[in-house]
Amino acid sequence: MDVTGKIIGRGAEAILYLNDNGVLVKNRIKKNYRIEEIDTILRRLRTRHEARILTRAKRVGVNTPSVIDVREYEIFMEFIDGKLLKEVLNSTNSSKRREFAREIGKMIGKLHSAGIIHGDLTTSNMILKDDKIYFIDFGLALHSTSVEDRAVDLYLLHQAYQSTHFRYVKELWRNTEKGYMETFKDWDVVLKRIEQISKRGRYAKR
Amino acid sequence: MICLGIESTAHTFGIGIVSDKGEILANARDTYKPKLGFGIIPQEAKQHHEMVKEDVLQRALSEAGIRLDEIDLISFSQGPGLPPCLWTGLEFAKKLSKENKKPLIGVNHPIGHIEIGRLTTGARDPVILYVSGGNTQVIAFASGRYRVFGETEDMAIGNALDTFARRVGLPHPGGPEIERLAKRGKYIKLPYVVKGMDLSFSGIITAAEKLFKSGEKLEDICFSLQETCFSMLTEITERAMAHTGKDEVLLAGGVAANKRLTEMLNTMCKDREAKFYSVPMEYSGDNGAMIAWAGILAYKSGQRTKEFKPLSRWRIDEVDIKWM
Repeated sequence: MDVTGKIIGRGAEAILYLNDNGVLVKNRIKKNYRIEEIDTILRRLRTRHEARILTRAKRVGVNTPSVIDVREYEIFMEFIDGKLLKEVLNSTNSSKRREFAREIGKMIGKLHSAGIIHGDLTTSNMILKDDKIYFIDFGLALHSTSVEDRAVDLYLLHQAYQSTHFRYVKELWRNTEKGYMETFKDWDVVLKRIEQISKRGRYAKR
Repeated sequence: MICLGIESTAHTFGIGIVSDKGEILANARDTYKPKLGFGIIPQEAKQHHEMVKEDVLQRALSEAGIRLDEIDLISFSQGPGLPPCLWTGLEFAKKLSKENKKPLIGVNHPIGHIEIGRLTTGARDPVILYVSGGNTQVIAFASGRYRVFGETEDMAIGNALDTFARRVGLPHPGGPEIERLAKRGKYIKLPYVVKGMDLSFSGIITAAEKLFKSGEKLEDICFSLQETCFSMLTEITERAMAHTGKDEVLLAGGVAANKRLTEMLNTMCKDREAKFYSVPMEYSGDNGAMIAWAGILAYKSGQRTKEFKPLSRWRIDEVDIKWM
């Protein structure tokens, strides 16, 4: 399958292409600052790890792009041709917005139930297509069942609501919590931990 | 306005004299060295500072060629740091302030590192990698404060290198010795621990020590240790740049003296078409000039210290920055 194509995104460690078959290619690029040995080990490991988590997330009922193929440094996946939730959430009508927030909470609950932490939950990492929300970019995802990791995962989303959708923070958060409670049984300890985290300096508003 | 700044958070007792035009008139210091095989003992460091403080003051004054009564402001490193050491600096600053009837202001130590770095390199709004014996943080200015975007979950990089050095019988500080040995080494696999923009060193140090006990060559371990830890630091710095959209990097703190780390950051910046600045040797480690300069910025922006007591856990993101 074709690795090159039109560049549609560039992060700190990867370039995203859309190839001629309409497939999204996430290519972890070589970093010249680190020695070859470390560079290849990391890129291989992370590529495999991300592909595996994407696949597991899909299996537990979270909308994610389907993984089509994995190579040494590339993941080939379904291109979700929708809109970034960040761009549309503020102009959505209120009942839809509440529904979306609840759906987000439900999906996070499913991830956490499966021992997955997304690691970068913001509305720029969610795509809306045909009224369905997809989680993308599992590049920072990890396996963990710790209360702290789960709480931080959710808290970062709260911060994203606050910075990008400040007018609707309360309704978004209330409905995200609702959804989360529906799909994750230990929700109470996690929500309690979020209160503590918000009082610490480390995750104070950035 | 001329400010005399006192630094005493850890090993170094330093006094710097700086004008509000950014001229560094003096930067005198004396550094406590623990016995071979030991880390810093706070009470011993304090005794050291007590012993050298008058001498360091005299050296700073003669270097600047001015008298105490020509100083307009006294600043001191209020934290974070080791409480016994912080007390020495605070009491000395109070005494000088009282005897000469000059205003006194407490300075946040990491802000000193950043501001002397901006002053001496010309960096404007960089992502700062602050690495020293006691600190490892990636910092950037955002909505009114210096915010911590990434940091170590356990030990600081300098402390990690010192700890490893001590366990394998190398002298303190460990960094320079490890760097020297690493020149002749080749890579052995070590854990690599980055979580988002945070990192952790303790597992790596344990693994490196195990390699040493199993008879691997010290040169190879030092090489691998450096390559691993510095790649991690460079990676989180790059992540913070992508996240904040900034295109300058400032390397600050004592570990900035390391050539390999400098080289890695430089390469990363070149590949991103960003600018890389490293604080000159004389001002990268703990020193008084950085406290004097940060004192001027804070004082002139209207900041005043309310309580004169050490703040051993004072975080950089608790301070409003009005001069940026």
